[in-house]
Amino acid sequence: MTPYNPFNRNFGTGTRTKAVRPDMKWHELTRAGNIYEPGNANTYETGDWRSIRPVWNKERCIHCLMCWRYCPDASVIAKGGKFETFDYKHCKGCGICAKVCPVNAIDMVPEDEIKKVKEANKDEE
Amino acid sequence: MKSKVALTGNEAVAQAMKQINPDVVAAYPITPQTEIVQIFSSFVANGEVDTEFVAVESEHSAMSAAIGAAAGGARAMTATSSQGLALMFEVVYIAASMRLPIVFPVVNRALSGPINIHCDHSDAMGLRDSGVIQLFSENAQEAYDNMIQAVRIAEHSDVRLPVMVNMDGFITSHAMDVLEVLDDETVRNFVGTYVPEDYLLDAENPISIGNFDMYDFYFEHKRQQVEAMKAAKEVIREIGKEFGRISGREYGLIESYKLDDADVAVVVLNSAAGTAKGVADELRANGVKAGVLKPRVYRPFPQDEIREALKGVKAVAVLDRAETFSTCGGPIFADIRNVLYDLKNDIKVVNYVYGLGGRDLRLEHVAQVFEELENIRKTGRVDETVKYLGLRE
Amino acid sequence: MAKVLEIRWHARGGQGAKTAALMLAESVAEMGKYVQGFPEYGPERMGAPIQAFNRISDEPIYIHSNVINPNIVIVLDPTLIGKANVTEGVPEDGIYIINTTKTPAEVREMLGIKSGKIYTLDANQISLETIGRAIPNTPMMGAFIRATGIIPFDQFMTHMREQLSKKFKSKPEVIEGNLKAIERAYREVNAE
Repeated sequence: MTPYNPFNRNFGTGTRTKAVRPDMKWHELTRAGNIYEPGNANTYETGDWRSIRPVWNKERCIHCLMCWRYCPDASVIAKGGKFETFDYKHCKGCGICAKVCPVNAIDMVPEDEIKKVKEANKDEE
Repeated sequence: MKSKVALTGNEAVAQAMKQINPDVVAAYPITPQTEIVQIFSSFVANGEVDTEFVAVESEHSAMSAAIGAAAGGARAMTATSSQGLALMFEVVYIAASMRLPIVFPVVNRALSGPINIHCDHSDAMGLRDSGVIQLFSENAQEAYDNMIQAVRIAEHSDVRLPVMVNMDGFITSHAMDVLEVLDDETVRNFVGTYVPEDYLLDAENPISIGNFDMYDFYFEHKRQQVEAMKAAKEVIREIGKEFGRISGREYGLIESYKLDDADVAVVVLNSAAGTAKGVADELRANGVKAGVLKPRVYRPFPQDEIREALKGVKAVAVLDRAETFSTCGGPIFADIRNVLYDLKNDIKVVNYVYGLGGRDLRLEHVAQVFEELENIRKTGRVDETVKYLGLRE
Repeated sequence: MAKVLEIRWHARGGQGAKTAALMLAESVAEMGKYVQGFPEYGPERMGAPIQAFNRISDEPIYIHSNVINPNIVIVLDPTLIGKANVTEGVPEDGIYIINTTKTPAEVREMLGIKSGKIYTLDANQISLETIGRAIPNTPMMGAFIRATGIIPFDQFMTHMREQLSKKFKSKPEVIEGNLKAIERAYREVNAE
């Protein structure tokens, strides 16, 4: 650690570091907790907050993308104007997509059932 | 170039704001600050400044708008008094924690209730712990000078904190006084162009500010604010010296008046310091070694300077124009006594609460304080530590 | 401490005592003296008795307390005599400048004082004839200059012209009226 110098503008007042870690000392952190890395919410995975998950029914989907418009977490991934998949790393399972879907192409399935199905599939293997 | 003029305190502050020409002023009028806003908005209307004036619907909004403007990269100001400052309370903390260099004059007025419009320091003392720098002004000259220096102090990269410039309501704000004003160009050169380091409208470097801060970071960021306050002391001294070079009036953290050989001293903020100096002069003519210490900066607290200035004094009276209801004295008293404890030399320190709600501090009141200090010095005995001055009792 | 001249104005809200105290301060300041001018603020309204104050000195003035022992008392409204405590705190050699139709001797009796100097003038009549309205504040300044001799009259008039010109840019008749009022007051004041 460099010795304390109040006229070193980057000391204590914080650097423009992008790598903020929870073990950093007060004088190593950015000033006022400013965040210099745009779009870093992406690194915070909220998917494990989910207790029910949206499951896409390919047969029923008409690709109107209402789900894509309404998803508050940008967790509906579309490609070429068509539904592609859900971003399960960030989807919190709020169910808005299922609610707005005009053709009931999204089912909200409890996570423990998903787990059971996964385990059953594993047993079969 | 400088010229001598007669202006009221409010006119002097509005004049300083005009010469600083801030990008944004968001303010709401309140007695006794009203004239500042009124005069400044006429400068805006007449095109004498480039400022965007935001007429908000409350002081909470005034500070919020100033925060928004400062966060966006503008040099922003507001101004208020008393209840207005109380309404601003929560947002002032946010301005400080976001490290936004907002300069705002506060024309000191008693807080209700009972409802009152006159001077005391309860409004400023309420925000003592908010993390803003607090400068105090004895007269219109100091209010004007402090405003100009406040901009540089607030914006200094080691500081980046809001600065509150205090002056006494009515006593200073509405009284015409003779002062020297600098010419526009000198002020413009002194304050310079504001170069924000981090600001939201910087499209090249997107940032997020005012972020949610939990128990894992909040403490560290508060510690950073303390560091900025520490650094502010040196910055205030440097800028005070530089201001001396352009104006002939140099400023430090405190003003020591005849303390070098003083036996007894009074510590007091703002306009009452002038009255105390006048009394000290009279007493000195009669052989009493009286002195006055006027903290110009109250937050951060200039503990080293105060300890040094008072170390030879035998008895000190701290005059507080605010009550803490701790039942053990006013706010400045607590700070001064704390600082003098380290000297371990048995300086007697007593407290007088005075002037609440605009009660006049008369020459004989100050003379009475010095007389009581002389008694303490001679007998070494303090009968009562906290007293009231000018109270009917 | 240098000698400080202290002045107390008695008037009713709306008569222009505050304006007069501040204008006097501005004029005296331009002469290189140090001044203060401040009103006493309360819940006063138009017509209620009010006070305003000045301090004048050759040295910077430190004191910021109210004026308790004025050397000079200026009364803008004669009906205040007996209501407001006009003589309170005034020293033996105090000067009274009073807007009234009465003579100094009559005023002296009303005030119940033996010492001190009394100046009277009918500032209402003067202002009616010169400005067209009964606003006695500017003529009282003329009487003040006469009573104190603190500034040479000609210089005072020059400064007043400048100030009034700033204040009433669009109303030249008001400027001339006020200047005439000050001049008449200066000449017509009675002393005892």
